[in-house]
Amino acid sequence: MPPVPQPRFLRSGDTALVVEFGDRIDRDISARVLSLAGLIEAAAIPGVVEVVPTFRSLMVHYEPLALPHCELEQRLGPLIDRIRIEERPGRRWRVPACYDADAGPDLAEVAERTGLSVAQVIERHSATEFHVYMMGFLPGFPYMGTLPAELELPRRENPRLRVPSGSIAIAMAMSTVYTLESPGGWHLLGRTPVLMWDPRRAEPTLVAAGDKVMFTPVSRREYETILAQATAGTYDLRPDGEARA
Amino acid sequence: MTAGLRVLTPGLMTTLQDLGRPGFQRLGIPVSGALDPVSLRAANLMVGNPAGTAALEIAYQGPLLAVEVDSVRVALAGAGAPLDILGEAGVAERVPPLTSVSLQRGQRLRIGALSGGAVAYLAVEGGFAVAPVLGSRSTYVRAGIGGFAARAIAAGDVLPLVQDAAAEREEQMLPALDLVAPARYRIVLGPQDDYFTQAAIRTLLEATYTVTPATDRMGMRLDGPRLEHAKGFNIVSDGIAPGAIQVPGNGLPIILLADRQTTGGYPKVAAVVSADLPALGRLMPGAQIAFEAVSIDEAEAARRQMMAYVAELEASVTLARRNGVIDEAKLMAANLVSGVVDARS
Repeated sequence: MPPVPQPRFLRSGDTALVVEFGDRIDRDISARVLSLAGLIEAAAIPGVVEVVPTFRSLMVHYEPLALPHCELEQRLGPLIDRIRIEERPGRRWRVPACYDADAGPDLAEVAERTGLSVAQVIERHSATEFHVYMMGFLPGFPYMGTLPAELELPRRENPRLRVPSGSIAIAMAMSTVYTLESPGGWHLLGRTPVLMWDPRRAEPTLVAAGDKVMFTPVSRREYETILAQATAGTYDLRPDGEARA
Repeated sequence: MTAGLRVLTPGLMTTLQDLGRPGFQRLGIPVSGALDPVSLRAANLMVGNPAGTAALEIAYQGPLLAVEVDSVRVALAGAGAPLDILGEAGVAERVPPLTSVSLQRGQRLRIGALSGGAVAYLAVEGGFAVAPVLGSRSTYVRAGIGGFAARAIAAGDVLPLVQDAAAEREEQMLPALDLVAPARYRIVLGPQDDYFTQAAIRTLLEATYTVTPATDRMGMRLDGPRLEHAKGFNIVSDGIAPGAIQVPGNGLPIILLADRQTTGGYPKVAAVVSADLPALGRLMPGAQIAFEAVSIDEAEAARRQMMAYVAELEASVTLARRNGVIDEAKLMAANLVSGVVDARS
């Protein structure tokens, strides 16, 4: 195994510390970030408010009056030594996805620009097991990789002012689901009827960093049926191997 | 319909806010909370609430509220704003600043235009009866969570209250609330100061910037000299701290405030120290600001000082005179008159 490079500490004001592992999107880096996040949470260090995993770093939010920066760094040292590069298994989600033309208004353009057929775009996208690197942009908005190279496109030149919630989208090497209606510049391939963000739930987001996600194609009719249940709060999607309540 | 405070006119952007919703940023959920937590605490202290109780955050222009409970005790703190009680006949009675006041059913409460600051907080004794979402009553409008109906208040709303009558006791006041803006806002450089030229860092520390009207609860957009990136303006996204100063491609800094996104892909040259964030949150468009770099130890010392001031505030709450008039002699003795003047200006 190659030697693990030591992460570096970067200041972000007096209430947040960045533990930076690299400057690129990479599964090994992501595994280290998520490993340290788990270790810090398990250590329950008084004064640590919360940790936020990102592609290449972990942000540690803390209360410096309880835990000054020098003590925080001392506490993190031994935890960093215990970081494991192996990805933790994470939860595996199968998320229903409707790839109809009206659900995925950019399917045709993506097919044209990648030289694939619409059916091939759908096949490639739904055959990929995505790794959730991090959440951000919107509540519950997952940054998931890695998209097959043949589907990689830059963001749209003209971002949409309103992307409907539930839209499944791609940009660069990433895929996501718009959890709320919002402006957005990613290419829209389809829509999921599942509420990836529902503040009525105790855990309001469906997926978390470290989870795995695959999209399962469903018909328009199935989409409508699930959407009605999800809106009523009676659709209970669980990760593989976990029984429904 | 629940009894409470009926909104006759809502003001420009009036939302319920408390000290925020930490703990869910890993899921992409912003912290939110009061832009000026010092004034929020001050308002709560005067009505006898725990300091972090959710109160109405009023931006720029206050609401007109009708009392539809037996009685209610309120207090206002933050930017200066006229607080008037309107009786059935429409006669206005001006409430002195930094003093709690009780209103009876049928009376109306009018908060005018704010001056000298962008936000003020109206606390009610006992608090507002809305359910917390993810541990907080703060309103995050963009995602539709928390607060009253997950949005800014609107005409016709009836804001439910925990108490249907004010407790029988004397009104209370704060002798002063120090809202003096720092001459220079203190910043800690990083985490991506190395993404900027040395000239850009010098500019940031020497220039004066203007707060633009495109400022909201998410971010304060500044106008002034542009900051030159040394190695592009896209980074692989990382976390965003409160007060982080991000610089997108146009070179103009944006200071990220209470509703900031949890992660972002623009380099962040520095972050405003936590002790200066309440004053920053009070700034109005058009305000001029400048920065000075401090060490992390200085930033921590500044935070200790701020929290000590908050503790002092708590100890300084005193009984107001029965007629609500401020005891000038006591104020002079406390040597705190300038703070009151600032609160009004």
